[in-house]
Amino acid sequence: MASAEEHRQLTETEIARLVAGLRRILATDSLLVAQEDLVPYECDGLTAYRQLPLLVALPRTEEQVVAILKLCHELRVPVVARGAGTGLSGGATPVKHGVVLSLAKFMRILDIDPVARTARVQPGVRNLAISEAAAPHGLYYAPDPSSQIACSIGGNIAENAGGVHCLKYGLTVHNVLRVRVALIDGTVVEIGSEGLDSPGYDLLALMIGSEGMLGIVLEATVKLTPKPQLAQVVMASFDDVIKAGNAVADIIAAGIIPAGLEMMDKPATRAVEDYVHAGYDLSAEAILLAESDGTPEEVAEEIAAMCAVLEKSGATDIRVSRDEAERLKFWAGRKAAFPAVGRITPDYLCMDGTIPRKHLAHVLTRIAELAGEYKLRCANVFHAGDGNLHPLIMFDANIEGEVERATAFGGRILELSVEVGGTITGEHGVGIEKVGQMCAQFSKEELAAFHGVKAAFDEHTLLNPGKAVPTPRRCSEYRLTGTAKG
Amino acid sequence: MSERTEEFRERVLAAAVEKTPLRIRGGGTKDFYGNAPAGELLDTTGHAGIVAYEPTELVVTVRAGTPLAELEAALAEQGQMLAFEPPHFSPLPLWERGRGRGGDGGAAGEGIGAAPPLPQPLPHEGGGEFRATVGGCVAAGLSGPRRATAGAVRDFVLGVKLLDGKGEVLNFGGQVMKNVAGYDVSRLMTGALGTLGLLLEVSLKVLPKPHAEATLLLELPQDKAIEAMNRWGGQPLPLSATCWSDGLLTVRLSGARAAVVAARAKIGGEEVADAEGFWRAVREQQDDFFSGAAALWRLSLPSKTAPLALPGGQRVEWGGALRWLKSDMPAAAVREAAAQAGGHATLFRGGDKSAGAFQPLPAPLMQIHQNLKRNFDPQGLFNPGRLYAEF
Repeated sequence: MASAEEHRQLTETEIARLVAGLRRILATDSLLVAQEDLVPYECDGLTAYRQLPLLVALPRTEEQVVAILKLCHELRVPVVARGAGTGLSGGATPVKHGVVLSLAKFMRILDIDPVARTARVQPGVRNLAISEAAAPHGLYYAPDPSSQIACSIGGNIAENAGGVHCLKYGLTVHNVLRVRVALIDGTVVEIGSEGLDSPGYDLLALMIGSEGMLGIVLEATVKLTPKPQLAQVVMASFDDVIKAGNAVADIIAAGIIPAGLEMMDKPATRAVEDYVHAGYDLSAEAILLAESDGTPEEVAEEIAAMCAVLEKSGATDIRVSRDEAERLKFWAGRKAAFPAVGRITPDYLCMDGTIPRKHLAHVLTRIAELAGEYKLRCANVFHAGDGNLHPLIMFDANIEGEVERATAFGGRILELSVEVGGTITGEHGVGIEKVGQMCAQFSKEELAAFHGVKAAFDEHTLLNPGKAVPTPRRCSEYRLTGTAKG
Repeated sequence: MSERTEEFRERVLAAAVEKTPLRIRGGGTKDFYGNAPAGELLDTTGHAGIVAYEPTELVVTVRAGTPLAELEAALAEQGQMLAFEPPHFSPLPLWERGRGRGGDGGAAGEGIGAAPPLPQPLPHEGGGEFRATVGGCVAAGLSGPRRATAGAVRDFVLGVKLLDGKGEVLNFGGQVMKNVAGYDVSRLMTGALGTLGLLLEVSLKVLPKPHAEATLLLELPQDKAIEAMNRWGGQPLPLSATCWSDGLLTVRLSGARAAVVAARAKIGGEEVADAEGFWRAVREQQDDFFSGAAALWRLSLPSKTAPLALPGGQRVEWGGALRWLKSDMPAAAVREAAAQAGGHATLFRGGDKSAGAFQPLPAPLMQIHQNLKRNFDPQGLFNPGRLYAEF
């Protein structure tokens, strides 16, 4: 099994052949080879890891993508696909001896079908642009990651992106119907359909969240959802984080699936309030945001039910958004949580573990203990409805040893998530960031099965090598330094 | 490893040595589905029981041999459900009755609302032979009336524990809602008809039952019904099922009481009295549409596809995305019509399955299927040929 580190360096002759071949395929300005042109591609949203690629290709047509893949396949050159570069796990971090294949020029919305409620789009289309184009028909694309202004649908598919509304409306995997994919040898296949299922194995599910390691998405058909007539949000304060966590369980127990259900602890609300003045209760140890959407009658019924539950669960203050402006203000704080924390610390790491909610008290207590142990601050933002925790570890890369301490602290949080029956990544992907912790979550047989899935699509390990699934050697190293599964 | 898992493992290892394929089977209620089962019987029904269920986590973990009815009953006690409404096909669908397979002999004329009660497990000769299991439900990947709005089986599968063709116990996914660690092997297993491994346990997302429901009946020809289903689908209405058959469109609304009341006024039509019985009969294929000897085709198409100009009885579900066709026309012609419309056709029951039950795959996709099969089951032990003759 090849891996990133095992990919041999190309000889000068091979590089010359590659460049000459790419020049035949691409216009001059669509092939970047000079170091100063490569620098913007050296990392994605995970800026702690940087690597210059051999070159960057910016094709404009499917034929060009296919020709590039055929050439790279023939020369055995690794290919790393890149969308908007907003990913947080280093899924688009270049490979030193490889090509970065940017899909940034695939920006066309090909069709909005208001009757079938679908959008056919190219991979470089921004997530939010789909909803904007569908808006005149009263429709929108439901998954809404925080980066939705910038992130591309191709990247969303690669990472199986989530957002704050996925408890009710699902993740990317629930909202994509079909993809046209180029395989590493340049073969183009249709996976999924504009119906609701396809014959054979569910390759669509396999493709979504595969981190650019199985194929390159050339086009996608996504599902559009009718825009609810009304949305309203309840903001509840708690004098204890655990009580807030229990209130989440109480809402679910009452048979309610809110459109959004988010929690922030005090360090997070403080950072946010200074930044966007969302009107959060700063005396609270934690706040919950619970949204209801639907017809006005439905929302009124659900909001009343949620308020009753929250009161019973010990909320110290409950406020319901009075109008759309106030609803957006309440959400603005949550959506700005990452940049808000970014303002109060030189650097931060965003973790992405998912846990069974019942273990929230234990996990938060352990995180606080670990923060003491590593002498670092940590704010917690939590997609409470679906158990997806985003601890934001604050540090200063200019202080010696802090990067290492922050990374180690983050690793411990992920292992803790696995220990309580959760996962190391809920929606950001493994990338290069968490490839070590994969050894904690999966056995060597399970990892071998993943490598086998990869080989079923890409036998020479050319697509995004070294990401997401660790090699046995990597796990042996990991086991020497940390915990790991048999 | 539990004793039962150890038994299964030994069985798989022995099969590998003897090179005898295994036919994985739960309740046997979907024996008709796909290509003909082959291999030595491996009965999963003994591996039963709910492993973990916490209603407030919205997750249940179940051993694969657990009767589907038992799981549904446990969820119902907590006011929850499997939102994809899987068909049990036990008792047997109408078209299987009286074929001498031990069905409970319901008369072919049995109408809407008169379906036998579910989800009680039914006593049968052969020790509960016809009791659908959770493993079979996931392996078959069939969903019921709520599918178009709530999602399919695959949308609710969070994790699986399985035994691969090398006798290894593997875990994929987990017991949490969001999980992107590694490839989504759990969903890959869903609908794979047991060809990639023996499911031991599955974790499923569950949802609260709706607070209110109403079912309405409207008289509409097929083309108008398809138009209406697509139009309503584009509006924020609490639709949860649609079924057009024989000039009648039946629509179910589910959700908050206020939303159901408002939508009922908007859609109009007559309220159906025994709504539960009606939808059960649709899901379990117990109503009159499913009688008769003609082959039954399942066509999965883009929802707005106009009525198919094909001879034979037609039924439309899933907002237009699912079409049932009773017809003895040649398989190639049905498949061609489905492909033209942008979908695919499955020979669901009856007819001539010699060309395969499922729409043939393009060569590159068939190659990927075979590669995946080799990865999980290198010796081809599990359910050979059940999905495609090639593996």
